Amino acid sequence: MKRVAIIGVGHSKFGDRSDVNLSELTFEAVKPALESSELTAKDIPYMALGSMGVWSEEPLPAVVIAEYCGFTGAGLVRCESACASGSAATYNAYSVIKSGQMDLALVVGAEKMKQISTPIIMEMIGRAGYYMWEFENFGMTFPAYYAMHAVKHMENFATTEEDLAKVAVKNHKYGAINPLAHLQHEITVDDVLDSFMIAWPLKLYDCCPITDGSAAVVLASEEKVKELKIEDPVWIEAVGVASDTANLSKREKYVGLDASVKAAKMAYDLAGITPKMLDVATVHDCFTIAEIMAYEDLDFCKKGEGAQMVREGETEVGGRIPTNLDGGLKAKGHPIGTTGVSMLAELTKQLLEEVKPNKRQAPMKNYIALAHNTGGTGHYGYVTILRR
Amino acid sequence: MAKPLSMKSARTLCITYNIPINRTLKFWTGLEKGKVYATKCTKCGKLHFPPAADCGDCNSSKIDWVELDGEGEIVTFTQVFVKPASFSEKPDYIVAIARLKEGVKALAWLKGIKREDVKTGMKVRLVAKVFPDKRVAYEFIPS
Repeated sequence: MKRVAIIGVGHSKFGDRSDVNLSELTFEAVKPALESSELTAKDIPYMALGSMGVWSEEPLPAVVIAEYCGFTGAGLVRCESACASGSAATYNAYSVIKSGQMDLALVVGAEKMKQISTPIIMEMIGRAGYYMWEFENFGMTFPAYYAMHAVKHMENFATTEEDLAKVAVKNHKYGAINPLAHLQHEITVDDVLDSFMIAWPLKLYDCCPITDGSAAVVLASEEKVKELKIEDPVWIEAVGVASDTANLSKREKYVGLDASVKAAKMAYDLAGITPKMLDVATVHDCFTIAEIMAYEDLDFCKKGEGAQMVREGETEVGGRIPTNLDGGLKAKGHPIGTTGVSMLAELTKQLLEEVKPNKRQAPMKNYIALAHNTGGTGHYGYVTILRR
Repeated sequence: MAKPLSMKSARTLCITYNIPINRTLKFWTGLEKGKVYATKCTKCGKLHFPPAADCGDCNSSKIDWVELDGEGEIVTFTQVFVKPASFSEKPDYIVAIARLKEGVKALAWLKGIKREDVKTGMKVRLVAKVFPDKRVAYEFIPS
């Protein structure tokens, strides 16, 4: 099997991007991705898009984006794995190259969520789980699903609402210095605790914002890397994939996500590494409790010790595994299908030690990074390991 | 900064899905009669709730209908304040997951109690619910 490298990345400004349409927003990421890989759209025979796309008007966003960005004629697919659609698209393009069918591929994540109202977005995301059994009569929302996990985690491990707040404070601290982040302001624990209730016990600042944004990465085979004379690329070492039940009622426990545990184990095994070797990570902090559970599910610490990692600053710059130094979903924003690709763009910059400002650059020792991207409430699990 | 310009789409959609319930009809007619049914695979014995007409565990389609006692214990819960559009008129509702006596779990609204008084481990009953418009569902009530 061939090795697959990331040879170019691009990332739009995240936020309320009502100033551009979906194609224009995506162009903002595709253009720098192509330029940084010194390629043109005509050079790339395959494009995979990660997008859920129900919030904007185009039912076939991949073809619209491909036409706008000059990719018409390329092999084309749009991948859906809810909030992990970007990782699913990456896995698709990665597999195409790894299996030797193509030498180059573009992965794009694109989402325009701000085109419809918040109650309709709550409706569309709430339905994403099991419409028939958990939404039709019970109106579950995405925050409500994670709130159920927060209740159980707090009960079992003495995790507190202050601990949850500290995750938001950390991620806002880094979001504030990431020029591409949606929310560029610092917050305090009290800001979180005093914010209005969304789904008890989760409050506004425990939740990621609704965001527009795009990201793109160019993938290349090892042969292509040599041909293009790229000396020091970032490699996708491994991808772990897993899933869990549609019905939340069928899960065993509510203190973690099994899909994350399984995907992480698969990725660590394939890459031949342990979590101790990670220099930096991005984890799927759609809610503050999700980041704490992710530390545990990814084996950064034992189950129940996630809050301790936040309390002790172990996931900040200078800590054991600096995590979400781009602000995470919490402050950078979470344009659903874009997030997985955005994580890879960020980690590529981290591994190349090109993050600006330097205050949010993780120190590199082993040059290994991990991206954890879940779809739905742990319905889909993707863990991608990068190495330079 | 002035709000960027956008236009409202001229074409709108209002979608209602026709959801097939033919193979789980006993579940829905059971609710009308005040009973909550699960299905049990006659081949491997697995109990399915929500009910399933086929058993994905052993690939069999031979099932029995089993009436659930309704007795259960809350595993976890929440209260929804910011609601989906189609629930916007509802008061802030409590949703719970409870483990039933038979071993399966169910997710439903918990009625007749304030959230401040809800605790995990609390005993509840899963009961059928028929609305004035004949729509059927089920909910938890404190037992």
